[in-house]
Amino acid sequence: MDAVLTQRVPPPIGEWKLPDRGAMGIIFLIVTETALFTIFVVAYVVYMGKSLTGPYPKDVLDLPILASVCLLSSSVTIVFAETALKKHRLGMFKLWWLATIVLGLEFLVSTGLEWKKLIYEDHLTVSTNLFGTTFYSLVGLHASHVILGMCFLLLVMIVSLLGFPIETQERRVKFLSWYWHFVDAVWVVVFTVVYVIGR
Amino acid sequence: MSSVHSEVERPPVEEARFSFSNHLYDWVSTVDHKRLGLMYIVSGLLFFVIAGIMATVIRLQLAFPNGKVVDPDTFNRLFTMHGTTMVFLVGMPFVAGLSNYLVPLMIGARDMAFPRLNAFGFWIFLFGGCLLYFSYIGGGGLSGAGSAPDVGWFAYAPLTSRAFSRGASTDYWILGILVAGIGSIASALNVIVTTVSMRCPGMTLSRMPMFVWVMLIDSWLIIIALPPLSAAQIMLLVDRFLGGNFFNTQSGGSAVLWQHFFWIFGHPEVYILIFPAFAILSEVIPIFSRKPIFGKPAMVGAVAAIGFISLGVWAHHMFAVGMTSWSNTFFTASTMLVGIPTGIKIFNWTATMYGGKLRMDTPMLFCCAFLFQFLIAGLTGIMLATGPFDWQLHDSYFVVGHFHFTLVAGLVFGLFAGMYYWFPKVSGRMYNEKLAKWHFWLFTIGVEITFVPMHFLGFLGMPRRIYTYAPGRGWEFWNLVATSGLLFQLPATLIFVWNVVHSAIKGKPAGDDPWDAWTLEWATTSPPPEYNFETIPEVHSGRPLWDLKNPNDPDWRFE
Repeated sequence: MDAVLTQRVPPPIGEWKLPDRGAMGIIFLIVTETALFTIFVVAYVVYMGKSLTGPYPKDVLDLPILASVCLLSSSVTIVFAETALKKHRLGMFKLWWLATIVLGLEFLVSTGLEWKKLIYEDHLTVSTNLFGTTFYSLVGLHASHVILGMCFLLLVMIVSLLGFPIETQERRVKFLSWYWHFVDAVWVVVFTVVYVIGR
Repeated sequence: MSSVHSEVERPPVEEARFSFSNHLYDWVSTVDHKRLGLMYIVSGLLFFVIAGIMATVIRLQLAFPNGKVVDPDTFNRLFTMHGTTMVFLVGMPFVAGLSNYLVPLMIGARDMAFPRLNAFGFWIFLFGGCLLYFSYIGGGGLSGAGSAPDVGWFAYAPLTSRAFSRGASTDYWILGILVAGIGSIASALNVIVTTVSMRCPGMTLSRMPMFVWVMLIDSWLIIIALPPLSAAQIMLLVDRFLGGNFFNTQSGGSAVLWQHFFWIFGHPEVYILIFPAFAILSEVIPIFSRKPIFGKPAMVGAVAAIGFISLGVWAHHMFAVGMTSWSNTFFTASTMLVGIPTGIKIFNWTATMYGGKLRMDTPMLFCCAFLFQFLIAGLTGIMLATGPFDWQLHDSYFVVGHFHFTLVAGLVFGLFAGMYYWFPKVSGRMYNEKLAKWHFWLFTIGVEITFVPMHFLGFLGMPRRIYTYAPGRGWEFWNLVATSGLLFQLPATLIFVWNVVHSAIKGKPAGDDPWDAWTLEWATTSPPPEYNFETIPEVHSGRPLWDLKNPNDPDWRFE
């Protein structure tokens, strides 16, 4: 202690390393998006079973098994793509990346077909009843996030097919995959609330 | 001077750079955190003047019974736009502007983590503000005369439904605030990442200045509490444009749900607004008491506790809608809990002053007034937190008095303290101390005269938001007193504006460190260069400049 009190030069700082700002940025973006989704999920839960008129969820909703399997497995394929990129195996990267895009597209197509059935056959629209309002808002908010993620996935695909050295962007590809995992995790919540509990 | 420079050959391109359009281009295209911070603060001040003029008209209308200054519809628009502007277009840009300007300087960084996101945040905020004000022209929609939103700043359902709110005025309210909110979230995200990832070597979390700590927690609160408002506004858009039923009671929707969603945002929001004042006080009081802040860990803990508790108190705005008694009890208790960390803060600020060598310059004067006035505001807050008391005074002028005491007598005083304190750093020149003292005394007297009588009017039963009142209810006297406070507040504000503008051009050069301060922003020149620091500083204690100035007794020996 006395030695410290008479010391003239401060102790050296040593290695100074702070978290990657890109990683922090995407993590806090996910935090704020979670807050947004929470309110929509709460609204859905509050209005569950409060519709005054039909159609009701149990009459018109089918479990979107195929779409869910596709979206969740796209989280796996994007990890494979990432690993391939880390090992600089660009052919494998493009293949797995394409698989991710195809699986995501299949999810969007399934959602579109489901909405088409709901609108044209069951006559459920946003304004029909509370179920319609909350269902299209929550599922639509999630789908719009899938579409946004899909735009970025396509961007990466296109630039890497055009010969851009994508292996230099490993960090950014990683952050994009984190966002994609987040979108998948939200789907697990939406699926549970809308199709399991809400039915 | 010219003879010295005559030998230096100056390329003609340099001369052309100082044309007006180049200057404008520099500001519009800038990604420099200091310029963006200044633009946030200047636009906040502009909106402050606009909303202040609205408040003046409101007070003139209410000065005498049967007032005829404005008609009822205009009055509704005035209080809606006044409240919305003050919260979203004055308070929020000050949060963003102060943290933008100061956080990188205080942690020894050269810019924010995402400079372009920062510029995006500012311009989208300004666009949202302009969109809100465009409602005065476009609010009537294609059909005719324009009008501004008139649904109150919290826009309760079902008043906002198509049936009761025709034209596009409410849509301008929704979209303007939604867009401005995206800007606030972008800026808050940036502040968090900057503090987490951009600190200079040696700047550990425990050595971070209090200002940065408070703004970090403030930004954390913004990214959690603002999305609920955006979500509720998106739902309202679905209701208004797609015929949704979220807040449509006729098809089973709930108008109370809007209140819940709004206040889940709205109550943290008032802490988001007051935190910059906490941040400023925690820097100004130690410097002007010549003592390090008392109990810094407790102060940080108290701010974090306020931020945490504030997420669970929202329904104290809703005692009057008829919740269950369990809810009333819970929200009364949780609201009163806020008093404990706030008490810690006031105690620690006072303890910082205790035994210090006080310098009563203008920033310190504003801080002292803040302590008294914010204490009163907190006490009326505890009163209103009590469910049965709130049933008596809900939606009365007591509430108006309470929140104007927190936001004007509290927040605005903190902001003035901060603006005087950092003015020499930002402009490189010193403000006129004599005029600043005039500003302080006139403004303090005016604020007391205007807002104290509002509490009495509440006790006398005057509801908020009425556009006029009949004589003979005992409200005439206090209303006239409240309005007469303008005679002090308006000249005070004019003095402030004159002082800032005049001193920025003609003030005495202030030097790099006029206050003999301890945080890193005073280590660079005034105004700071674009790159902030020639070499990235290294810090060894919580008061790096103290270490430099007192090499025989540095702080790092005791950490």
